[in-house]
Amino acid sequence: MTKPHTTTTRPSLEIIKENNNTLRLKVKGSLNAYTTAVIWNDSLSEFKKTNPKELILDGAGIDYCDASGIAFITDLRIKQDEAGGAYKVEGLSDEINKLYKLFDPKDFEKPEEIESKVSENKIEAAGRLGYAAWEELKINIVFTGRVTVALFQALLRPDKIRWRDVFVTSEKFGANALFIIALVNFLVGLVIAFQSAVPMKQYGAQIFVADLLVIAYFKELGPLMTAFVVNGRSGSAFAAELGTMKVNEELDALDTMGLDPVPFLVVPKVIASVAMLPLLTVFGNLFGLIGGLVVMFSLGFTFSTYINQLTIAATYGMLLAGLFKTLFFAVIIAGVGCLAGMRAAKGPSAVGDAATKAVVVGIVLMILVDGLFGVIYYILGI
Amino acid sequence: MAETIINVKDFTAAYGDNVIIDNINFDVYKGEKFIILGGSGCGKSTLLKHMIGLYRPANGSILIEGENISKAEGQERIEILKNIGVAYQLGALFGSMSVLENVRLPLEEYTDLNNDSIDLIARMKLNIVGLTGSEDKSPSELSGGMIKRAALARAMALDPDILFLDEPSAGLDPITSAELDQLINQLAKSLGVTFVIVTHELNSIYNIADRVIMLDKSTKGIIATGDPEYLRDNSEIPIVQKFFKRQTDEQLGG
Repeated sequence: MTKPHTTTTRPSLEIIKENNNTLRLKVKGSLNAYTTAVIWNDSLSEFKKTNPKELILDGAGIDYCDASGIAFITDLRIKQDEAGGAYKVEGLSDEINKLYKLFDPKDFEKPEEIESKVSENKIEAAGRLGYAAWEELKINIVFTGRVTVALFQALLRPDKIRWRDVFVTSEKFGANALFIIALVNFLVGLVIAFQSAVPMKQYGAQIFVADLLVIAYFKELGPLMTAFVVNGRSGSAFAAELGTMKVNEELDALDTMGLDPVPFLVVPKVIASVAMLPLLTVFGNLFGLIGGLVVMFSLGFTFSTYINQLTIAATYGMLLAGLFKTLFFAVIIAGVGCLAGMRAAKGPSAVGDAATKAVVVGIVLMILVDGLFGVIYYILGI
Repeated sequence: MAETIINVKDFTAAYGDNVIIDNINFDVYKGEKFIILGGSGCGKSTLLKHMIGLYRPANGSILIEGENISKAEGQERIEILKNIGVAYQLGALFGSMSVLENVRLPLEEYTDLNNDSIDLIARMKLNIVGLTGSEDKSPSELSGGMIKRAALARAMALDPDILFLDEPSAGLDPITSAELDQLINQLAKSLGVTFVIVTHELNSIYNIADRVIMLDKSTKGIIATGDPEYLRDNSEIPIVQKFFKRQTDEQLGG
């Protein structure tokens, strides 16, 4: 047999209608994955047109044939079997014939699509959806409970806390995030101050840009912006870390050592997160106000006027109200990230999915909690 | 007959409606090297994961030293788990800790030993598996064979009565794999540990096994039990013969 890639001869097809009932397809040349297509379509369309009682494939002229060529020959055979006619292969060389005999069409029939026996109506679908949502909620409640219990146990036995993990996480979560927190908050502060300066100017009230900025920053923007950035950085990192541990069977290993992953892995992250996020928020507030300072300078105010105006507008209550929220945001970031990681499926895309889920769910939950605090603070008059 | 250490009774494993293993029974005896084998996808790893209590059986029970691991909760479960060690297929060493810390972990969690004693025990375990000198390396710096040995050292940390190994020689070259087999034989002899090993490496099976059970995908049950050499020479079941002789239908017929 000649090698396909050295001496490939393009296949040719000769269609002979021997009589009304018999179609003879004479194939010559080399049949491989690249060349077979040339004759495959022609043969099929001719076959469909004539619908012969007997189909003969004359392969005497085939000088090379690989599995693709065999697939072509077999395809005709399957089509003819389905049509209920006779099929004959003639003239194949011994080698090709051996290869042809290897493949019995019955061995690779497409499995019949199993139709789902249960026909689902809308009520049933709604029920399933509701049940799935309930199960999901249950997992979250159970996890929240486990984390809470583990945190209390950690408070009672601080020596059992894995402090090294706490410090390592604190560094990654807190110290390493300083630059991006500073940058984001500086820019947001700058933009907010600038945008509000334009309408304020109409009333000659530019000095109140400082009031607006510091109130917005202490109460909402500082905590939220900082938490969003940290959620993107660390929430996804927690999910990826625990997801990878799940995929690598490390979580199973913990389990068979009798160690609960919640105190072992989640608690250090929650502690680090709760310790770091308020500090980062203070830092973020500072840079937001520095952003405002740049705008105030450009409006012609001095540094001391700006600071003076800030101290008049801001209260410790505002600052603390904002920082208090971040404790909850911190628990959400760590908790949601860890849970997403622990629930990661197996497979290469699982870790990525877990990280995405952590970030999205984290943001949604934080906005909900923020809204809740908005209502509470309003009622309390803070 | 020797003393039974693991008793698997009327055991059925299923994921949802998909039954993987259907109603099997077997015992593992104290001190033996027991191998679970079978083709890919026949439920070997599933069976192992049930035996170490990661999954709950759909039916039946698994008794480890007389205690039902599938039903145990809380402290009771932990007491059972302390008597078993598991070396996972991928090693499952904790990546954030050094090799030594990985071996120290179970000792730190469950014993009141002081720091120096824990260190000594962990170093001894690493010495047994030939990893002296790699104590302070991170798992990511180890080769495949070293990871498997480190995982074995960690599994042995609390001197458990039973060691479960999931495909210990998978992905290892023949020499490393043979060394690991030798190590397992030594440990069994010197420490009297019972080994339950999932594998389909023929060489390992002949080197290690006291007794094997072979699972079969089509019947979802055990199709052969016994000494591997005996099964190779005497089994009349075609699949068993094929497996032990590494043959296809054609070779067997010819």
